[in-house]
Amino acid sequence: MANKIRVATTSLAGCFGCHMSFLDIDERMLQLAEVVEFDRSPITDIEHCTNCDIGLIEGGVCNSENVHVLREFRNNCKILVAVGACAINGGLPAMRNHIPLEECLNEAYLDGIGVENPKIPSDIELPLLLNQVHPIHEIVKIDYYLPGCPPSADVFWKFLTDLIEGREPSLPYELVHYD
Amino acid sequence: MKQFIQGIIDNNQYQATHLLQILRQIQSHYHYIPEDAIGQLASLLSIPRTQIIGVVEFYSFFHLSPRGQYELLISDSITDHMLGSKDLLAYLAGKLGVAVGEVSADGLVSLDKTSCTGMCDQGPAGLVNGHALTHLDRAACDKIAELVKQQKPLEQWPGELFQVDDNILKSGLLLNQPLEQGAALRTVFRRGIKETLAEINQSGLRGRGGAGFKTASKWQFCAEEAETQRYVVCNADEGEPGTFKDRVLLNTYADQVFEGMTVCAAIIGAKQGFVYLRGEYLHLYDKLQNMLAQRRQNGLLGNDILGEGLDFDIEICLGAGAYICGEESALIESLEGKAGIPRNRPPYPVTQGYLGKPTVVNNVETFMAAAAIAVNGGDWFARIGTEKSNGSKILSISGDCARPGIYEYPFGTTIQTILNDCGAENVQGVQVGGPSGTFISNQEFGRKLAFEDLATGGSFIIFNTSRNILDMVHNFAHFFAHESCGFCTPCRVGTSLLQKQLDKIVEGHGSAGDVVALEELCQLVKNYSHCGLGQTAANPILTTLERYPDLYQNKLKEISYEPGFDLDAALETARRMANRDDAGAHLAQIEVNEHE
Amino acid sequence: MSKTITIDGKIIPFEDGQTIMDAAMAAGVYIPHLCHQPEFTPHGSCKLCTVNVNGRNCSACTFPALEGQDILNETEELIEDRKKITQMLFVEGNHFCPSCEKTGNCQLQAVAYHLNMLDNHFPLFYPDREVDASHAEVMIDHNRCIFCTLCVRASHEKDGKDVFAISGRGIHKHLIVNAKSGLLKDTDIDASDQAVHICPTGALLVKRTGYQVPIGERIYDHKQIDQVALAASGSRPVAALPPSMAVGTENIKHGE
Repeated sequence: MANKIRVATTSLAGCFGCHMSFLDIDERMLQLAEVVEFDRSPITDIEHCTNCDIGLIEGGVCNSENVHVLREFRNNCKILVAVGACAINGGLPAMRNHIPLEECLNEAYLDGIGVENPKIPSDIELPLLLNQVHPIHEIVKIDYYLPGCPPSADVFWKFLTDLIEGREPSLPYELVHYD
Repeated sequence: MKQFIQGIIDNNQYQATHLLQILRQIQSHYHYIPEDAIGQLASLLSIPRTQIIGVVEFYSFFHLSPRGQYELLISDSITDHMLGSKDLLAYLAGKLGVAVGEVSADGLVSLDKTSCTGMCDQGPAGLVNGHALTHLDRAACDKIAELVKQQKPLEQWPGELFQVDDNILKSGLLLNQPLEQGAALRTVFRRGIKETLAEINQSGLRGRGGAGFKTASKWQFCAEEAETQRYVVCNADEGEPGTFKDRVLLNTYADQVFEGMTVCAAIIGAKQGFVYLRGEYLHLYDKLQNMLAQRRQNGLLGNDILGEGLDFDIEICLGAGAYICGEESALIESLEGKAGIPRNRPPYPVTQGYLGKPTVVNNVETFMAAAAIAVNGGDWFARIGTEKSNGSKILSISGDCARPGIYEYPFGTTIQTILNDCGAENVQGVQVGGPSGTFISNQEFGRKLAFEDLATGGSFIIFNTSRNILDMVHNFAHFFAHESCGFCTPCRVGTSLLQKQLDKIVEGHGSAGDVVALEELCQLVKNYSHCGLGQTAANPILTTLERYPDLYQNKLKEISYEPGFDLDAALETARRMANRDDAGAHLAQIEVNEHE
Repeated sequence: MSKTITIDGKIIPFEDGQTIMDAAMAAGVYIPHLCHQPEFTPHGSCKLCTVNVNGRNCSACTFPALEGQDILNETEELIEDRKKITQMLFVEGNHFCPSCEKTGNCQLQAVAYHLNMLDNHFPLFYPDREVDASHAEVMIDHNRCIFCTLCVRASHEKDGKDVFAISGRGIHKHLIVNAKSGLLKDTDIDASDQAVHICPTGALLVKRTGYQVPIGERIYDHKQIDQVALAASGSRPVAALPPSMAVGTENIKHGE
């Protein structure tokens, strides 16, 4: 088992849609499991990444915890992959970027319609929000990008099989989508 | 307001081509372009209001919201920085009680930075309501703040604040022998038009703006066009930071420049000429108008010049703060009352220029030289200089030297000779040709002033060993991003990206690969931009990267990657609102592996 | 014998007055472009159509075809650099394809697909731009404008109006409309104007039509932009089409 390829996955400021799409490789998952084992990922209970071959990151960076997790992946994964629109350009969460954070927090916790007990959460367990949402390539070095919202199961399959079989990963026209 | 604007429009004969001149008067009167004025102009000039707004928002000296009654601008040129303008700007802001980029609450005064005002030999410099301020120091700032507070009209401000000196420190071929008024035209009529063009051809005169196209060829191409309506344009929009020789030529040798334009008109068959004078040189405007009036009186302009049947006149048009208008096709667009966006070429201005008609655009110095050649002949000029660069070049020398000012040299002169003459010591390097030119190090002072070696429009900025070259590069990168017209993608986006990437490195956030990325971006902007601005915008980076790679590499951290923005600062708002300052409320800019 | 140029070694005939783009398109050679549409005065601003002519970079849409030109179009370097120019267009605006109703019909996106653009490469600008939804039928999302000026040209040249213009300088360039309020509702625009349908991105949209064709069944979901563009240029003369379809054949027009 030691020579299996270790893969870690996580979602930062994302919706886990990319993970769901990954699972859509369906029965090919069995084939994958023969050569791959999962490290930190929503499909395991591993809390921290150890030495991995491939890290798949969904979502952009919107808060301090995202930065820590992303750095952990970068430090432990030989190949780090930005998966999906949010990891690549911030995606839908980044549509808050033109609104000052102060306004966002005021609306959500103080002045917004239906807010009860108006108070900005201050528990030290909570990660603080960054002023803007950033794509992950602005925080750490990224090796590959899989666009799509989400990237289709075939994109995951093509990319991983290319890597596993020692080919330079590439996506043909049919697999490149930003939506 | 209605009547005021109606008056301006009447004076400008309802010509939409005069839009810049019209807007200058409105801006000067109201300190902005009021909404009502836009509506009125649109209907009187029969142009869409969008065209007016497009022009207002293009030029730095026009504003859609009010500036102060006293609009103060401080030159942001590297040469002014070297003379202490940054401290002075902060000092002036404190004195006036207004932040840089803002208007005071009472609307009395506004303060901002502006691109090089062409006073590099007598900075720190600035502008107040468009009029040049020179030799600024704290005492001058105190005085200005007091005059503003007292609301003294500009006419009552002490003259020394506006004192502009020529500083001609070395004269050569052209500056030594100014022509007598009319001498060139008389020679032309005596010798013959064709023969004069042959003399100019024989002289080997090439354009003095820096590009160096052969003047006689340009004039001949224009003369050969089938269109009978042709124009002569003098490019006096010297916006290249560090250049100020045209300011001096137009102050002291304007008559000869006008004469050169008239010689050109005689040769190409033009009836109308324009001097496109950069807005920063407003202080020359009245003087030049008087000079034109005098020439008309003396039969050297207007109908039937010198009784030889030549009809030609010259109009002076002021720019409004846009470096790009130094590019000839952008200049023509601006003359037509539009935003200064360079045209697609071909067609070139000699075939389709002003209003689509054949047009010769030449630099101030070129016309001045042409007039001298018309009198003295081609050989007189050609015997000076190098094989490919005939004649002399007038330089604007500034930066770290004892005697900044105007120097005229035969082409072929070495940089070392020039440095010796102006009293430059401990020189680290020289920026030849301004930001769009070349930076040379002190290993290259044997190189020569020539189109085939170091071409320059006249800017010559000296940096001694106490200067940080990256400060200069940083200043230039911001200059180009500010002045890009935005027409094409590589320049519009690329100059902003260059600025960001350079800031990242200079501010110490660079890491492995960031210099390579910078260089790649430079090549992209250089190779794909629409005009000279974009094609040269990366030169300050490329020429210094080539000479001082370590300067850039040493700024990089030995890590694989660092964010280009301040991570911890990006948490500041959230920290404040959550009232937190615990360890978890902060982020390190770079982080070592926690789990190793 | 007709005059010829060569593009990537292929001999291509041209007539005087044709640009390199005209000659290439007529011969079935695709050169990527965004600010160009055959029926409009060429603009030459997006620079995607940059080709190398006898060693010098030129915009194919504005540069005249001339005898003896040896032109490089699909070199690795040009393709790579065009990709970077496209990435520049993406980072300077706010192009969030998943939330844009033009997705799948967008030429900016399609060119990016064609160039196999997988990331943004550069830092994103996230500019603060407005949406003008004031008009009953047409809307402008400034986040997606790439300053190609096709709407400006279409309004002026085809609709006989001047609804649009580009204002500002440098990175502060922006689209403005011809109304004192600055709002589209106060202009004389009509949803049937050609200007409304010419936008290569999702900056100008006709309301309530965006999802009539489902995502996955749109133009560039099936075909690459080179095929679409060449088919459109081959389908001339445009006079055979109704006026509203005579331009922008690369754009899908919904709701008809």
